[in-house]
Amino acid sequence: MNTGRAYIPGLYIHFPFCRSKCGYCDFYSVTETSLVPSFLEALSTEAALYRGEFTTFDTVYLGGGTPSLMRPEQVDALLVMLRGTFTILDNAEITMELNPADLTREDLRALYQAGVNRVNIGVQSFHDQKLQLMGRRHDRRQALSAIEEAAAAGFDNIGLDLIYNLPHQSLEDWRASLEQAIALHPAHLSCYELELKPDTPLGRKFGRGECAGRSEDLAREFFMETSKTLEEAGYIHYEVSNFAAGMGRASRHNRKYWDHTPYLGLGPAAHSFEGTRRWWNRSSLKGYLTDLSNRKRPVEGQEDLRSEELAMEALFLGLRTKEGIDLDRYVRLYGRDLMRENRHQIEEWSRLGLVEISGGHIRPTRSGMAVADALAMI
Amino acid sequence: MQNIRNFSIIAHIDHGKSTLADRLIMKTGVCDQRTYKDQMLDSMDIERERGITIKSQAISLPYTASDGETYTLNLIDTPGHVDFSYEVSRSLASCEGVLLLIDATQGVQAQTLANLYLAMEHDLEIIPVINKIDLPAADVERVLEQIDSELGLDPATHLACSAKEGTGVDEILEAIVRRIPPPKGEATKPLAALIFDAYYDAYRGTVINCRVFDGEVKAGDTIRFMSNGSIYRVEEVGRFLLDRQKRDTLSAGEVGYIIAGIKTVSSVSIGDTITLDDRPCAQPLPGFKKVKPVVFASIYPIASDDYEDLSDALEKYKLNDAAFIYEKDSSAALGQGFRCGFLGLLHLDIVQERLEREYGLNIILSVPSVRYRFTLKDGTELHVDNPAHYPNPMNIIKSEEPYIRASMMLPDKYLGAVMTLCIDRRGVNSNMRYPSPGRVELTYEMPLSEVIFDFYDKFKSVTQGYGSFDYDLIDYRTSNLVLLDILVNGEKVDALSQIVHRDRARARGVQACERLKDEIPRQMYKIAIQGAIGGEIISRSTISAFRKDVTAKCYGGDITRKRKLLEKQKEGKKRMKMVGSVSIPQSAFLAVLKSDKDS
Repeated sequence: MNTGRAYIPGLYIHFPFCRSKCGYCDFYSVTETSLVPSFLEALSTEAALYRGEFTTFDTVYLGGGTPSLMRPEQVDALLVMLRGTFTILDNAEITMELNPADLTREDLRALYQAGVNRVNIGVQSFHDQKLQLMGRRHDRRQALSAIEEAAAAGFDNIGLDLIYNLPHQSLEDWRASLEQAIALHPAHLSCYELELKPDTPLGRKFGRGECAGRSEDLAREFFMETSKTLEEAGYIHYEVSNFAAGMGRASRHNRKYWDHTPYLGLGPAAHSFEGTRRWWNRSSLKGYLTDLSNRKRPVEGQEDLRSEELAMEALFLGLRTKEGIDLDRYVRLYGRDLMRENRHQIEEWSRLGLVEISGGHIRPTRSGMAVADALAMI
Repeated sequence: MQNIRNFSIIAHIDHGKSTLADRLIMKTGVCDQRTYKDQMLDSMDIERERGITIKSQAISLPYTASDGETYTLNLIDTPGHVDFSYEVSRSLASCEGVLLLIDATQGVQAQTLANLYLAMEHDLEIIPVINKIDLPAADVERVLEQIDSELGLDPATHLACSAKEGTGVDEILEAIVRRIPPPKGEATKPLAALIFDAYYDAYRGTVINCRVFDGEVKAGDTIRFMSNGSIYRVEEVGRFLLDRQKRDTLSAGEVGYIIAGIKTVSSVSIGDTITLDDRPCAQPLPGFKKVKPVVFASIYPIASDDYEDLSDALEKYKLNDAAFIYEKDSSAALGQGFRCGFLGLLHLDIVQERLEREYGLNIILSVPSVRYRFTLKDGTELHVDNPAHYPNPMNIIKSEEPYIRASMMLPDKYLGAVMTLCIDRRGVNSNMRYPSPGRVELTYEMPLSEVIFDFYDKFKSVTQGYGSFDYDLIDYRTSNLVLLDILVNGEKVDALSQIVHRDRARARGVQACERLKDEIPRQMYKIAIQGAIGGEIISRSTISAFRKDVTAKCYGGDITRKRKLLEKQKEGKKRMKMVGSVSIPQSAFLAVLKSDKDS
């Protein structure tokens, strides 16, 4: 596996608008799309406020929210603005999240022309009833069509998002969805377990989920089945919820979050990280717009990470990835020799088949990934 | 002496004792609003949080009455838990009267009665005071009826107040002066002073709180403790207002403090009589009892590096808690630690909490035990308060355990439930008395081991808080005892062992396994918990391994929130002790004794 990465910063844009709120989502978004132009203007002000502090990016990620609510001309203008403010490398990965209901083939072609070279389509399920349950505004037919149209528009780096362990979902239902996804040959698959968060409509409806037939045992089966099925189909399970058709197809942008590469987040509620400092923007579009009309960075909070905090993050993030933790780099960056401090424990894990120690790395196995949070307790 | 009044306030929990005490303090001008600290008399954090008084304290209030005379009103506060009932009795022995405080919304409650009986035992003047009359739910008429029928007091003698609002407080002060008799005693007789409390002051050593019955004491005197004959030279005497106020003498009838270069509070016994070495009184004051610990448990540091810190902390803690005893101990499972003795489980709780809070230690306590007595084949008699020292069963010819006499007072409608509870706890020789219609006084003889753990909680719950309970140790009785061991993943954890009655062993084993299953968090592998007697497995439970605990999403760059969550979990894990390859939380060691989940 290639570990010699360049650690060039990534740029995240949080587009905080949705036409409607999905039943499981607790990310920040609003539905007043009339404010999109003001938002895009504020965004360019915000970008300018970071010029100098950040100069070069090799990934751009348009997330949200629902960035596919932007007209292709608006995306084009946004990317032009970003290129004018920062250096976006020629080979940069430029990802945009798409809702299958939003775009025509012409729109997709225009996005491709504007420079977007990777799309992540929020399919979530190929089952209409499940889509309704989740409060998605698209159906199975639109999902299949969006994938087809994106390919026809020229995109070859297409990722699909799917959600499993839905209320009353059986393992067979899920396996069928996976087979369907595999048949479409996407370059990338993100398969998330549904988390019932208390502040979401689904969370309120199902509580902790026992009544909907969910359990930790079942969650594990879903997880193991997903990993096994997709790996057998040739995908690499490179992070807890992420699968790529070859490491070249892994999300370069998301990997930065997991290995302490710096990133700049623009837009409400976006998070940024630079070396030892992390800060986050206000989770309010109004507040965000007000701050930027005063040419003030809309930062809500920040933290300076102590080395033990960085070490903790590198540990739990590293144990979520197939690449695992580079033990030498870990000592160098965080001053802790994991093997020496926890030899007994790590050997025990190895004996239990939770991790493998090889090539100077400690890597979680499939079973290990399923309990990565508990592994990070050393 | 005619102008001294010594009194206590006694009440059921939450009937407003501390609020009234604060009012009296403010009204008499000892402290103003500015220096007023919420609930002055309960000065320890733990006391304030739990709403109970642990230590007795005393304060002297100057008061000019309507007759124009100035009086000194000595308010002696009392602890409010059965673990400390001896301290309460010594505080009351130092008074001539009490304010019996009753909540106007709740009426007469268990502790109202228990406290009334205590006060009557000491022949004290009792002034019933109905508190919280400002509340909409106040029902003074009903309380007056209860004062008559349940307490057997003349309702015409009552006072009414709202300690919170400050109404009726003047009348209370006047009643203290007019109705509570002045102390008797003669200043010219040999000194006889009763110790009702002692605490440690970092600069002055032990400060004794006492009530002088006869004679007088002053700086320079040589005093003698009558229980052990030890002798000290008095450095200072005085009384408490908000702080210590030095005086020339303390004499008959007065309440105050003595400082005499005494290094630890352990050298002082509550209830002991102080006299003068060169002119001793003929008899000590009645009622002295050496308080002995009845519950034993070992304390271990969670990180073995903290052993020295724990040792220092215990040494310092001991300075201020005479009832607490400790000695070195070691466990195969938990390493080096200390064996400690406590007055009861509340006392144990308090010690544990103070060690953690005031000394910043992470500690773990083994399963508490009482002190058993074994007679061996070679004739030796062995006292065992630590199950790890249980003798080889082949050598035992007689096993005995301590018994108590429990006295309970309750409304008769709970009688059946309480008797069932007592029989379940191996109670024998019951006795019953009806002091007033509808009220039962019930006594039982029971093994101490059945009472100290959760009996009190159970009792309170079956009597819905209307029962009061007290106990006295009576003797040791022959009992069929066995050692119940707990194995975690096949490894014996000595700190989880308990000595139990053979008939109860199986049930206890099942209970322990079930409780541990709830208390020990899941880990990477399956954990087997077994109960065993002499190698025979009698119960088992299994804790399944983690299945999936990893969160699905960890991007959008919000790593901070996730890290904080994990840090919190990790912090919790620090409070667990690794035993072999299993982390056992502190709570597990006490939980094995609890009979079910809700207690």
